[in-house]
Amino acid sequence: MAAIPGGADHAHDHAHDHPSGIMRWVTTTNHKDIGSMYLWFSFAMFIVGGIMALVIRAELFQPGLQVVDPDRFNQMTTLHGLIMVFGAIMPAFVGFANWMIPLMIGASDMAFARMNNWSFWLLPPAAILLTSSLLVPGGAAASGWTLYPPLTVQMGIGMDMAIFAVHILGISSIMGSINIVTTILNMRAPGMTLMKMPLFCWTWLITAYLVIAVMPVLAGAVTMILTDRHFGTSFFNAAGGGDPVLYQHIFWFFGHPEVYIIAIPAFGVVSQVIPAFSRKPLFGYASMVYATSSIAILSFIVWAHHMYTVGMPVAGQLYFMFATMLIAIPTGVKVFNWVATMWRGSLSFETPMLFSIGFLFLFTLGGFSGLVLSMTAVDVQLHDSYYVVAHFHYVMVAGALFSAYAGAYYWLPKWTGHMYDEKLGKLHFWLSIVFFNMTFFVQHFLGLAGMPRRIPDYSLQFAEFNMISSIGAFGFGLSQLVFLVVALKCIKGGEKASAKPWDGAEGLEWTVPSPAPYHTFETPPAFK
Amino acid sequence: MKLNLQEPITQLGREVYDLHLLMTIVCGIIFVAVFGVMFWSVFVHRKSAGYKAATFHESTTVEILWTIVPVFILLGMAWPATKTILAMRDTSNADITIKATGYQWKWGYDYLKGEGEGISFVSTLATPQPQIRNETTKGKDYLLEVDNELVVPVGKKVRILTTANDVIHAWWVPALAVKQDAVPGFIRDTWFRAEKTGTYRGQCAELCGKEHGYMPIVVRIVTDAEYAEWVDGKKKEMAAAADDPNKMYAVEELAPRGEKVFAANCASCHQANGQGLPPAFPPLDGSKVVLGPQDGQIDILLNGKSGTAMAAFKHLSDTELAAVITYTRNSWNNATGEVVQPSDIKVARN
Repeated sequence: MAAIPGGADHAHDHAHDHPSGIMRWVTTTNHKDIGSMYLWFSFAMFIVGGIMALVIRAELFQPGLQVVDPDRFNQMTTLHGLIMVFGAIMPAFVGFANWMIPLMIGASDMAFARMNNWSFWLLPPAAILLTSSLLVPGGAAASGWTLYPPLTVQMGIGMDMAIFAVHILGISSIMGSINIVTTILNMRAPGMTLMKMPLFCWTWLITAYLVIAVMPVLAGAVTMILTDRHFGTSFFNAAGGGDPVLYQHIFWFFGHPEVYIIAIPAFGVVSQVIPAFSRKPLFGYASMVYATSSIAILSFIVWAHHMYTVGMPVAGQLYFMFATMLIAIPTGVKVFNWVATMWRGSLSFETPMLFSIGFLFLFTLGGFSGLVLSMTAVDVQLHDSYYVVAHFHYVMVAGALFSAYAGAYYWLPKWTGHMYDEKLGKLHFWLSIVFFNMTFFVQHFLGLAGMPRRIPDYSLQFAEFNMISSIGAFGFGLSQLVFLVVALKCIKGGEKASAKPWDGAEGLEWTVPSPAPYHTFETPPAFK
Repeated sequence: MKLNLQEPITQLGREVYDLHLLMTIVCGIIFVAVFGVMFWSVFVHRKSAGYKAATFHESTTVEILWTIVPVFILLGMAWPATKTILAMRDTSNADITIKATGYQWKWGYDYLKGEGEGISFVSTLATPQPQIRNETTKGKDYLLEVDNELVVPVGKKVRILTTANDVIHAWWVPALAVKQDAVPGFIRDTWFRAEKTGTYRGQCAELCGKEHGYMPIVVRIVTDAEYAEWVDGKKKEMAAAADDPNKMYAVEELAPRGEKVFAANCASCHQANGQGLPPAFPPLDGSKVVLGPQDGQIDILLNGKSGTAMAAFKHLSDTELAAVITYTRNSWNNATGEVVQPSDIKVARN
């Protein structure tokens, strides 16, 4: 985070001056500065998207309409989804990549430093477009984050703002990914072959290829909506020879790899943290690389399992079911490898390890509910119900968010030069895991009993579980402020961190002092 | 508080129910086994307990084993799943075929084939607004009650064709294990054969705009005799309600009819008091369109207004459209005194 105080530390590094104050951040090409900005930005968006989630849960606290009208409610679900996926989780992991990949591979910076600055500074305008669309006539896009036409064609200008925001966010993540691919392939320290790279770098290499492959597909899909809305095309309008379901195919061809764009870097973080606190090397490094690659490849050929009820041919349903079930195999390999890494290790349970174990436990639960959903016949019952909402929050929140916290606690000492407050960190973990399950576990039951998602009001049979879920959501939301306190405290001061504060940690990032100096590895380090 | 799927009343529903239960149990067992190992490690292999770390980091045998074994578990799961899907998609030889059309925000039903052929009606939420706004106590079937239920006989194979008028909807009745998207411009189908009489309730499952949460589906399964009686009654009712399209009406005749049409179709956006919910849903009271030339208003009602939430209402009859237009032109502060006749709508339609 804001580890490097302006000026003083690095003025002697270089003869030329760096701008200070706000201009330092606007013009910076330093991977650490940019990484910090990505992380702060994503946390801010996490809070914004979280407030929207709390509006949703407040409305659903009891039957009847109390807090927002149905139209606003739909705007909340839409923006919550878009902001969390594109504004919070993806930038958070790009932030980790920026900070850690050069340090892990012994590079002096990212390959394209100026493009790096540009890819970050595209994010705030996109965020402003998305959030300010709440204020325009007709309100924000209210079609769900999947933006299915023809509903999207009915919306007001808020929809156009969302489309442009998606374009900008897409450009930003494509540029970020090009940077990551180039950095990893070209700037590793001599002697660091691909199969000797830290697994976090492997997961990001694979993720970056996914981003480059599918973000343009999303951009194409939303552009077709834009032209359907304003320029008289009929891509998704049957009356003009188009097909609304075509959009869903294009969207999910992006959307399923997107799930792994979010999950795979999370796998990478956990694969760094678990060995460190097990004091034992990662089990099955090579099979981790192969499993991650197979997940990435499979993710391109399973998209229509999000569309079992659109009425595709039965052969299609069967193919997508079998292909989807295959993903369980490499995912299983990864889970087994993590457990085997812990097996007969010498375990200790600092906050990063707690979040990693929380990740492992709950992500696997989300994986199993995914396997249940892969069965077409069962999915027909559960599609668009709260079961699906529960499933993907186990994967996105307990998966990606928990792993991001694991990474943040793990590397905070390296970023700030101080140890974080371990007591508060553990409190953050326990509050999060309890309230998370309170919020989302009961949603499985709601879905099974027949509650559709994206409804502002529900029949009386769903009242108890919704109330539990809403209380849990407020608890979960408030618990996240603990992290803010920990992070700020850690930046301001605290026990000095040594270069390698975790005795079991491995990697080049622990060979530089804490906090990491403004410039590192100006000459490539020796790598055995 | 229910923890599982709704009690199914069809053979397929039972298969889905059992398949879900089987999957949950198998996944549960694997989960407990894997995390049993992990928690064993968490409690025994602790640094604080003085446990020294081993150094192993691969084992080809184990790794091959835990790649191959899941393949067989998955094959075991795929077999029953495949059988169920094949049965689910076989919509041939139906006794009764009914078309369900999704509108923003209600369902239209047309009995196309089999006993009851020709029956056609619209099914709208029956829960009164004050219950939704927490002004009165909520009824037992809050949000899951409609004015006209879909009635079908028990034991007969009923094929449901789904389509939509405006955006994508989805026809979902959990107890029948049926969910099928209704895509505008296309026809999809699904089927069920109920084994028990009774009333079963579901909802639209695909986000379809503002009132998505307010378009329930209610299916009443009756015996053959009751069904025959219902068909008979419904046909008589339809004959009686049929309007003479060439009749000329006065304002006083048409406006009360229009008020009902307005309440069922327009009030959720434009509001009963005509004030709308600007800016998304403009007021009709004092509206330029309502007070302007009739042709303009007729065109918007028949074709909708692109780029806005205003849908096309061409599925309403000429008399209903004439009534609702006449009503809006003579209510609140609007006092044009004009009557729009069904024949005007008929002309505009062609």
